[in-house]
Amino acid sequence: MTTLAGAPSTDTTEMNIVQAVHDTLRDEMRRDDRVLVLGEDVGARGGVFRATHGFLDEFGSERVLDTPLDECLIAGVAIGLALDDMLPVAEMQFADFIFPAFNQIVSEAARIRYRSNGDFEVPMVIRAPWGGGVHGALYHSQSIEAFFAHVPGLKVVVPSTPYDIKGMLIEAIEDRDPVLFLEHKKTYRLIKGEVPAERYTVPLGRAAVRTEGDDVTVVAYGLMHHFCVEAAGRLHGEGIGVEVIDLRSIYPLDMDTVLTSVRKTGKAMIVHEDTKFLGVGGEVAAQIAEEAFDDLDAPVVRVAGPHIPAMPFSPTLEHRYLPDVDRLEVALRKLAEY
Amino acid sequence: MTRSKTASADAAAEAEAQEGEVTSGDLSLLATMLRMRAFEQRIYDAFSENKLRGPTHLGIGQEAIAAGFAAALEPKDSVLSTYRGHDHVIAVGAPLDEVAGEILGRATGLCGGKGGSMHLASAHHGHYGCYAIVGAHLPIACGVAWSAKLRGTDEVTVCFFGDGTTNIGAFHEALNIAAVWKLPILFVCENNLYMEYTRTSEVTAVERPAADRAASYGLEALVVDGNDVTAVLEVARDAVAAARSGNGPLLIEAITYRQGGHSRADPGDYRKEDEVAEWLTKDPITAYRNALEDRGADPGELDDIQAKAGAEVEAAFESAFGAPVPDVLQAHTDVWADGGSAWRN
Repeated sequence: MTTLAGAPSTDTTEMNIVQAVHDTLRDEMRRDDRVLVLGEDVGARGGVFRATHGFLDEFGSERVLDTPLDECLIAGVAIGLALDDMLPVAEMQFADFIFPAFNQIVSEAARIRYRSNGDFEVPMVIRAPWGGGVHGALYHSQSIEAFFAHVPGLKVVVPSTPYDIKGMLIEAIEDRDPVLFLEHKKTYRLIKGEVPAERYTVPLGRAAVRTEGDDVTVVAYGLMHHFCVEAAGRLHGEGIGVEVIDLRSIYPLDMDTVLTSVRKTGKAMIVHEDTKFLGVGGEVAAQIAEEAFDDLDAPVVRVAGPHIPAMPFSPTLEHRYLPDVDRLEVALRKLAEY
Repeated sequence: MTRSKTASADAAAEAEAQEGEVTSGDLSLLATMLRMRAFEQRIYDAFSENKLRGPTHLGIGQEAIAAGFAAALEPKDSVLSTYRGHDHVIAVGAPLDEVAGEILGRATGLCGGKGGSMHLASAHHGHYGCYAIVGAHLPIACGVAWSAKLRGTDEVTVCFFGDGTTNIGAFHEALNIAAVWKLPILFVCENNLYMEYTRTSEVTAVERPAADRAASYGLEALVVDGNDVTAVLEVARDAVAAARSGNGPLLIEAITYRQGGHSRADPGDYRKEDEVAEWLTKDPITAYRNALEDRGADPGELDDIQAKAGAEVEAAFESAFGAPVPDVLQAHTDVWADGGSAWRN
């Protein structure tokens, strides 16, 4: 669906997102005994999305921990392991289930370095499949990034290509701060790409320019960034140049890349499936206003989830919630013509 | 992280918990409790003198539990405790001037003045933090204990909490997994009968809020007189030895009493006068001192120990009062691993 800028052409394998998660985690566990996984059904079942398939056999039950259905416990145990210099990678079965762990992540993980004045740190990763478009309805479709990115002390990343999954997961495991590693579940098997065999990292907090263009900047992430690339391809045929930026990381937020693009195009649109109100788009728009007001030729536009409690079930209602390529194409053309 | 050997741990090597000749370990145990008591009273005074602000939760009357357990631990072991945690931090050997400095918000404080009274922590002394959110640290303690097991060590984790914690989910979640994973962890409930301002018995159907629940998770539980430091030490030694040899986890409910209110601002007048009076007669330090005298300790020597503890605390506070407050820019340090707080690239 998209080309992977920067991926070496030799010694690569084509794989989908979940395969990239699986292989990267496995390789990191082989490389460092301190890396371990814990979560619901990660052992015998290998995870509901099969991200840890085969891990129990290879690494044993001391490093592949099947937990109770208890997200507070999963996060708390991961924090304790990380305090003791282990490198836990906890899995929330669905991002929607993370809220019992909210206290552990927000009140404890995010603050321990700060409140101990650097005496303790929490180098843990929490992986969570997020996002809609899979007919999962209200509790298997949510976006959670805004809740957590609001909290200083947490890093929140949203890679959505196999190449980025590998490079950013390695980086997240190596990072000495707690990282929420959000994998859009619709992309798990939909998005394929070449992944180099060699070990490499992609820094957290660096956006990627997916298509270049002079007329409109569109900032997106996750499944939406793939939709934006497709919409940009359609507009390219009409002579409208759309620069698609995949944020890849909500915090740290790469405003340099965004601002450089906006200063060139003068027009910005932010796209996410999370609720528009107080979402990532509001922050990006505010920072564009603060830093590049004089460069703007049009109001900043947000295309985002509607103000309804969660993604409804019926396909027609789900479609109403989730922006699609057609809607993005219309919105982009309108902004280009402003 | 490195650990320093604590005075309490030294004492453990020598202490004789049985009846008989008074040992240096016994005297050290008394000294530890006296330091805690003098420390907490000094904080109380500082409040009265308007030299201290913010919510502070004193452990006066509960000293025997922290002192007894700390005396049974080794420097390699780990401790987690609650917002009523001054005693535990002192028990594992954190320098009094740094603890006082933290509570007074000084740059020299244990956490640079960022944490304050309720959020003390010291990696150097194996203290993994005091936690202000009730129950949050029990699952975290399980993670620390799993790490000890995974690394093939015989380190023991001791997790202190109050009776008020026993009705929050994390307590039950942690007990369950500790039993399933056979963790080298001791859950120590300091049951002082009151959650904050309400008796635990008013919201709990069972008599022993911690111990009575343990069996349903497959956990062995013991109840001990938390005001009898000799009894606490004996239970602690057995429990630590069991956990160290792979026979954990264990829950210990130590019955005690908070002699003051919930926090400094609370006079605790919702408690009956005769109840308070009765518990004051069971003061753990007075009881232990009397026991040592009965065993032949020289009262003059005990007076000297008390005077020395008071002087140590006074010197610590003098040092802390004289220490500088943090530079305002310190507010922006140690958010991230790079030491800073940047929110833009």
